[in-house]
Amino acid sequence: MSEAILNVSNLTMDFGGIRALDSVDIEIHRGEIVALIGPNGAGKTTFFNCLTGIYTPSAGEIQLRHPETGKKSRLNGMKPNKITEKGMARTFQNIRLFANMSVLENVMIGRHCRSHALIFGAIFRNPATRKEEREIVDISYQILKKVGLHKQVNEQAKNLSYGAQRRLEIARALATDPFLLLLDEPAAGMNPQETEALINLIRLICSEGHSILLIEHDMKLVMSLSDRIFVMDYGKKIAQGTPEEVRSNPAVIKAYLGEDVDA
Amino acid sequence: MFPVKELKRSLFVSIWFAFLTFPIMVIKVDPIERIVSWRWDNMIFVAIGSFVLSILAKVYFVRKERRAGSKKAQTVLTEPYVHRILREPRFLYPLSLAVLTFAILFPHLFSAYQTNIMTTALMYVVLGLGLNIVVGVAGLLDLGYVAFYAVGAYSYALLNMHFGLSFWLAMPIGGLLAAFVGVLLGFPVLRLRGDYLAIVTLGFGEIIRLVLENWNDFSQGPSGIANISRPGFFGIDMSFSASINYIYYLVVGLVVVTIFVVNRLQSSRLGRAWLALREDEIACQAMGIDKTKTKLIAFSLGAFWAGLVGVIFAAKTTFVNPASFTFLESAIILSIVVLGGMGSIVGVILGALTLILLPEYLRALSEYRMLAFGAILVIMMIFRPEGLISNVRRSYRFKKQTSSESE
Repeated sequence: MSEAILNVSNLTMDFGGIRALDSVDIEIHRGEIVALIGPNGAGKTTFFNCLTGIYTPSAGEIQLRHPETGKKSRLNGMKPNKITEKGMARTFQNIRLFANMSVLENVMIGRHCRSHALIFGAIFRNPATRKEEREIVDISYQILKKVGLHKQVNEQAKNLSYGAQRRLEIARALATDPFLLLLDEPAAGMNPQETEALINLIRLICSEGHSILLIEHDMKLVMSLSDRIFVMDYGKKIAQGTPEEVRSNPAVIKAYLGEDVDA
Repeated sequence: MFPVKELKRSLFVSIWFAFLTFPIMVIKVDPIERIVSWRWDNMIFVAIGSFVLSILAKVYFVRKERRAGSKKAQTVLTEPYVHRILREPRFLYPLSLAVLTFAILFPHLFSAYQTNIMTTALMYVVLGLGLNIVVGVAGLLDLGYVAFYAVGAYSYALLNMHFGLSFWLAMPIGGLLAAFVGVLLGFPVLRLRGDYLAIVTLGFGEIIRLVLENWNDFSQGPSGIANISRPGFFGIDMSFSASINYIYYLVVGLVVVTIFVVNRLQSSRLGRAWLALREDEIACQAMGIDKTKTKLIAFSLGAFWAGLVGVIFAAKTTFVNPASFTFLESAIILSIVVLGGMGSIVGVILGALTLILLPEYLRALSEYRMLAFGAILVIMMIFRPEGLISNVRRSYRFKKQTSSESE
């Protein structure tokens, strides 16, 4: 197998006296869909926040390797926007769209880190800025088309349906040109049809060369999509493997169903 | 038609108002004759007046709700006609041309006094537009904006006094100095948010004022700096009235430039980032926007305009002292932005004109003018909480079949 594009070793996060993450090791390879599951409060979202720079981990190493250039970078303590620039983008569990901006503008924000115009360009609109702006609009529209929101470009984000808002979050993250996409509970609150559409969308994104790490509670989605699964409980990684392996792992069953159940 | 509950509430409102206005409307103390007269009839007028007004307001709201309820189904998308005019170039261009012509003809149509007032109002338009970048677009509540205005004004006053620097040289220097001070303040402060940022900027505004007031060697303290030269025009000596007109045109020019620049900024990559920053900071960073840099740019750009207007202010009044840069000034500029409509350029312009011109033309009401002014503000905020004109975002059109709008 090729070298991992994301290598997390020994990641630990303390909040005061509480150890939210305890020496977690994870690695993700190119083109994989990897799921991170675990009961509520297991530390999954904390893990995401550490990866994306919202929290600075107390200990451990996070290393990102660009699949094309092979350039390695250590992400510990880096600012979130720098990490996004390196090629890892995320969505949020509780939707964090820019509610009062249009759908297209939301995606255009994602292009921010791949474009450069500043005050001068904004005021004088020189050819370079105009070209860049056109490219931003074009690419954003293409991405919206991919997630099926191209008919609502001028709609305000807050007026979209719940499922559409989730897809818009994915579109916005895609606009930053990531090679690794982190999805935090993308199917939360979706009905079965929407989940089905989401599964297809994630497959499509993956087939275009993005690797995906997702947190999810919907087991149908997790089992049908993932190449590998990591299971966490009380801040520790308790199991890992293919969906079949994880499904029959006694530690996982114990974490989900409790002590006294015979599997 | 009218439920008893509502009547009761109105009655309560009228009693409350009668109580509130009791000290000013009823008691009249004559310190010379040492007589206290009790004008009870005034209390009755206040009670009746507030009762009627409160009922009228209630009727308005009931009707508005009813209209909203019945219309919801059919006409969700009827924009207010103001927005339609602003969106359509064929309405917008003739309209702005007409406004511009009026602005150019203004000094010839009205007296020098009126022109002077208009100049002040237009200066506030620029200040409002500058603060609009910070508060309206980027969502950073800045209560010390007047500090940058002071920096601009004093940089011209001092440079002129010590080095005889001309107005035209001082203008960019004043603007840049203010922007620089904006960055200086911004670095430590911009990690704060909302209320905390407001308090710190408020403190900063006061610091600048107190420094100017107390550092006599530097700024000549409360007595201020007088005899600042008026802006020159290729060395031609101008009469008093000509120089009033000259400054007026200068400010009109600055307003036009400001509108142009702010408009372009708002629909640029930077403008989008500001808006996004206002909406959600964490999501913004996760999408690759450098929070600190983007905020600093907003802060320093806003300060830059304040500095420019500060230079003009110093040149217009030919005198500056710290009393011109109190917190009240910041509050007025902030009200301009909020009243006009956050983020909306036309809104801010209207807001500035209303807020500055209204007290002038209310002078007929003499001692009650500030009271009337306050009442108008309160009423406006009740009926149009989103400001006079809310912001319209640019929309994009795509052709149906193809991928791109442009090629």
